[in-house]
Amino acid sequence: MAEIALRINGEEHRLEIDVRTTLLDLLRENLGLTGAKKGCDHGQCGACTVLLDGRRANACLALAVAHDGAEIVTVEGLAAGDDLHPLQAAFVEHDAFQCGYCTPGQLCSAAGMLAEAEAEGVTLDAAEIRERMSGNLCRCGAYPNIVAAIADVAS
Amino acid sequence: MTGTTLTPAVGAPLSRIEGREKVTGEARYAYEQPIEGVAYAVAVTSTVATGEITRIDASRALALRGVLAVISHENAPRLAEVGDGELMLFQSPKVAYRGQIVAGVVAESLQTAQEAAAAVALDYDAAPHDVELRPGHPRFYKPEKVNPSFPTDVAHGDLDAGLAAADVVVDATYTTQPIHNNPMEPHASLALWEDGGLTLYDAIQGTWRAHNDIAELFELDPERVRVISHHVGGGFGSKGTPRPQAVLAAIAARIVERPVKIALTRRQLFSMVGYRTPTIQRMRLGAARDGRLRAIGHDAFEQTSTIREFAEQTTIATRHMYAAPDRLTTHRLVALDVPTPSWMRAPGECPGMFALESAMDELAVACEIDPIELRIANEPAEDPEKGIPFSSRSLVACLREGAERFGWTGRDPTPGARRDGRWLVGTGVAASTYPTYRSPSQATARIDADGGFTVQIAAADIGTGARTALTQIAADALGVDAERVRMEIGDSRFGQAALAGGSMGTASWGSAVVKACKALLDQGEGEVIADTAKEVKALSKLSRHAFGAQFVEVRVDTASGEVRLPRVLGVFGVGRVINPKTARSQFIGGMTMGISMALHEESVMDREFGDYLNHDLAQYHVPVSADIQEIDAAWVEEHDDELNPMGSKGIGEIGIVGTAAAVANAVFHATGTRVRDLPIRLDRLVS
Repeated sequence: MAEIALRINGEEHRLEIDVRTTLLDLLRENLGLTGAKKGCDHGQCGACTVLLDGRRANACLALAVAHDGAEIVTVEGLAAGDDLHPLQAAFVEHDAFQCGYCTPGQLCSAAGMLAEAEAEGVTLDAAEIRERMSGNLCRCGAYPNIVAAIADVAS
Repeated sequence: MTGTTLTPAVGAPLSRIEGREKVTGEARYAYEQPIEGVAYAVAVTSTVATGEITRIDASRALALRGVLAVISHENAPRLAEVGDGELMLFQSPKVAYRGQIVAGVVAESLQTAQEAAAAVALDYDAAPHDVELRPGHPRFYKPEKVNPSFPTDVAHGDLDAGLAAADVVVDATYTTQPIHNNPMEPHASLALWEDGGLTLYDAIQGTWRAHNDIAELFELDPERVRVISHHVGGGFGSKGTPRPQAVLAAIAARIVERPVKIALTRRQLFSMVGYRTPTIQRMRLGAARDGRLRAIGHDAFEQTSTIREFAEQTTIATRHMYAAPDRLTTHRLVALDVPTPSWMRAPGECPGMFALESAMDELAVACEIDPIELRIANEPAEDPEKGIPFSSRSLVACLREGAERFGWTGRDPTPGARRDGRWLVGTGVAASTYPTYRSPSQATARIDADGGFTVQIAAADIGTGARTALTQIAADALGVDAERVRMEIGDSRFGQAALAGGSMGTASWGSAVVKACKALLDQGEGEVIADTAKEVKALSKLSRHAFGAQFVEVRVDTASGEVRLPRVLGVFGVGRVINPKTARSQFIGGMTMGISMALHEESVMDREFGDYLNHDLAQYHVPVSADIQEIDAAWVEEHDDELNPMGSKGIGEIGIVGTAAAVANAVFHATGTRVRDLPIRLDRLVS
């Protein structure tokens, strides 16, 4: 067991955890934050994407104990109270999901990508969005709508 | 209640009712239910392809702190024989395939359960195995019927005579590889026993059917089993009926006398929850010089397992697509030491139409006829198999509309003739079809104290948009705004209902919703329960199918063989579209999966060890965003009063049907290489 401190969606947590616990399992099983999804547990699908110290990361590949003191934002932390994050609103409007299981990861990934593009001074056209969002699988095939939703917010 | 200025909800592009829940992370899937004191189960799977377990040593696992139980055939409760070997967990030491569940571990935490699962030692007496579908397999047999109840073989006239009399003959063999559904949400179940009854939160496409299946297995009164699936993270057929993890959760929860949950690993999805069988298909088309078909032959060879027969209905679409006097369609099966294949989006139509629509393209080339005109020339006046009229059939309209939108006119048919730098460019078309089914369902409609209406039905929304479509249907039946309707689904307590499969969900559930809502209006108060068994039984004898056509432009890199798809268009005739926004998503999603089948997906069987080798999402390729460029869907006006109260046809599966053939046909047009074996890998284009 180990004790760690995490700031999750703006809230401080002191946690005693099994050192084998991934950040994803910590969020989902210990804290009840089930927004981040487990699709493969191998970092291959992106459903577990969260913002870890401001950068998008696969929570299934992160051991929680290795991130003592980190700041984490999950899909539950994107909205400002009742006001949806612009990406969330655009996803609903553009029907950028079907089953919804990859959606939290897509949203966190998109939020991280917008910040990256801004920092790098990159213009996000459709091709650039597709390339940068290719770590997040959507088996329902909502890609065209996901790209349209993100492009809406990026512009 | 009888507003007159209302805009109908059906036909409006309503955003998903549960959209907010899904984008905020509030939507809870089966594994995520906040149940107090839940324990974790992990499945242990066989490491031999066939044989018997000779010894199980659970001592190391049981010695770990926090382990609650190790379950195997040595200590599990007996289950009733239900005729599905995949669900008969721990009933014998026999192993039918590599990756089958042979033990289960339950622990206080997931980490401990995983450690304990790895610590269970098993010895096997392995037997020789046969895991390979191959042409001329000595054990091919003729199944009694094909899924779910179609005749195995259908003959009209004399195929050989028809082929002999034809001016032009195409005789080609096409193969498709095993492909796995791979919904994003791995199959998961949470079981809870209370007072001898079972509540199961399950990743399932139909709670009613599942509650009956589970009740039968555990010899319970169905009233004592409740299955709930509020949100399901995709299924594509693989969550149609209960899968082994549901049985493991229920057994485990009974043994440890606590709620137990389990989610399969992505790897385990490659063995125990079904996949699309590989197929070997021989197509024979005989035609007059003008392209008119004289003979159609379609023989399908496929696999099943040794513990359950699943006979994919691969040639059934060929039975009604085109007219020809001499026709023969057959299916042959071999039972191998493999996991049982199962439903995957348009089972039958999807692989079968790859062969038929590729062969039609070959025939068009051989006859020097435009492939659209060839299909139009062979349009049947009535269902060629059954000799009855179609309720509606818009294939020709879809082909014409698609040709117009896509800019097909003036296409030079010469293969390999268009080059843009390193890229060869081509276009292809294929037809699509899917049956229009309806099955009995029950709905409850109630007037609430706040002036709203609650409608309950055991429907499932696996991403189809069912919750939203049913809300729209209910709103119109009640004559109110959609906001005043509370649609509750995903609970077997709501009564009999079709499962989300066979593209029959909306038609089946919607019929019951309309009936319940109308009866409630007549009654004017309280609650009404309606069921549609009588209407479904009384359907007139007509051939009911949706039709469509896909158009694809490909660019093939001459250096690497990479195939890009700058443009994909599908045009469909599907009756009345309930919600254009979610319908478009369904079509595009189906076509995306068809593109994936054409270019990416292939589960590779390990002949030596009997397992699908590329069993994860790094090695099993599905499209990522960068693989999908412009893709669009449209539909033609189609009015059909012979379907259901909505006049709608199912749209969940038709998008995938035909798409792989359209891609392969476009690749031929671009390169001159006819790829008859999916997927169209790079090595098949670079020689």
